[in-house]
Amino acid sequence: MRRVLTGAVAFDPERPYRRSPGVALRPEPFGALAYDFRTRRLSFLKTPTLVEVVRTLEDQPSVHATLEAAAVPAAQRAAYLGALAGLAEAGTIEPRREGAG
Amino acid sequence: MRLVEHFKHGLTAPICLTWELTYACNLACVHCLSSSGRRDPRELSTAECRALIDEFQRMQIFYVNIGGGEPTVRPDFWHLVDYAVDHHVGVKFSTNGVRITPARATALAGTDYVDVQISLDGATAEVNDAVRGPGSYDMALGAMRHLRDAGFRDFKISVVMTRHNVDQLDAFAAIALEYGAQLRITRLRPSGRGADVWDELHPTAAQQLQLYDWLVAHGEKVLTGDSFFHLNALGSAPLAGLNLCGAGRVVCLVDPVGDVYACPFAIHREFLAGNVRVPGGFAGVWGGSELFERLRLPSGGGACASCSAYDSCQGGCMAAKFFTGLPLDGPDPECVKGHGERALASVGAGAAGAAPRSDVDHSRRRGPVPLTLGRRAPADRACDTSPLAGLGAV
Repeated sequence: MRRVLTGAVAFDPERPYRRSPGVALRPEPFGALAYDFRTRRLSFLKTPTLVEVVRTLEDQPSVHATLEAAAVPAAQRAAYLGALAGLAEAGTIEPRREGAG
Repeated sequence: MRLVEHFKHGLTAPICLTWELTYACNLACVHCLSSSGRRDPRELSTAECRALIDEFQRMQIFYVNIGGGEPTVRPDFWHLVDYAVDHHVGVKFSTNGVRITPARATALAGTDYVDVQISLDGATAEVNDAVRGPGSYDMALGAMRHLRDAGFRDFKISVVMTRHNVDQLDAFAAIALEYGAQLRITRLRPSGRGADVWDELHPTAAQQLQLYDWLVAHGEKVLTGDSFFHLNALGSAPLAGLNLCGAGRVVCLVDPVGDVYACPFAIHREFLAGNVRVPGGFAGVWGGSELFERLRLPSGGGACASCSAYDSCQGGCMAAKFFTGLPLDGPDPECVKGHGERALASVGAGAAGAAPRSDVDHSRRRGPVPLTLGRRAPADRACDTSPLAGLGAV
């Protein structure tokens, strides 16, 4: 049967995240296209830094740590967290189980 | 730079690629934008199609819209769909329903990455069959019934809006609801055989307003392939979508013989960018064609630049202008300010007048006199996924 996106859990930047396995990124001059093969939803990562953050989430123990490692300026942290919360809600990124990733 | 400005300069690969697999068609719709009917002997072979899919995968073209002709009449059609899906190229294919049997519908319902779009141009057999041919309404509804019974949710019902079906918008929505499908409506273009019937079938100015108002009221649930941006100046609320001409920037067409055109509605040598069979393949055409480079340059708006509506409509549809004989830097023939009608009057009788005609015509000939204008095959296509989905991110 065709899959349906299940209800999202609240976004928690203290936790580890990752790009969802069904999502592919295509580099573009502005950042990247993100395509979710499960939902057929196309979205846009509108800065190269956001692309870097989404790509490296899985290497870091938390979202905060990822932003730190990607050198996102303090003044932009809130905007990035907002964007990432949106991506989590859309299923582009998802919580990573500790020890599993 | 705003995202939409990036789109105007073109992306590394198309977002919305239409791939017409064959010019062969079992129907003979009067408005067929590709003048389909007979198979072209030069059509891409199965191996060439597979190689093209490999290239789409390398370019990360995440999905393609497959059409025709009637694509399902190709003997290798289901093989190619499976091959694409296996290579992470999602497929939505347009069909008149001829091959959607109960067994096929069940198989499709079990496949992620494949979406089906049934063409229907009337909410009643009378209105539909006048355009798409006798029996085509029953064939489409039979396919829809099979998909519904197989549990295929949210397949698309695609309607080309004409003078005779604008009043049926609510009825189309009811049909979509009944079949668990999603309604998609697109603009009638004077492309292909559409040029022969555009004058008599394109919605009147009053109907354009009716259509716009209906879309504003129902737009959230209805797909449009971004095809009504020329109506944006009718109100303050822009319709959902990219709202600019994506031809050669984020959109293109690969036709059955491998020719790459700027958009599915522009099958004419004027908009031919190259062929996938040459060295460099599709990627070479997308990245290196002079035509596409030109289309990605900023356009000043030409005769429309001083119009208060230009920011909303961006001058409208390139193909609609071209095939009605209007200059590309002037108003759309259906300009809501009425500039199109005046422009048409000045060049002659619109599409039937001095307008350029495509030299690509696969219409089946009826009788011994091929000069008689034919009447055949299906229209639609363009993107369903709103290119602006997910704009919330940074």
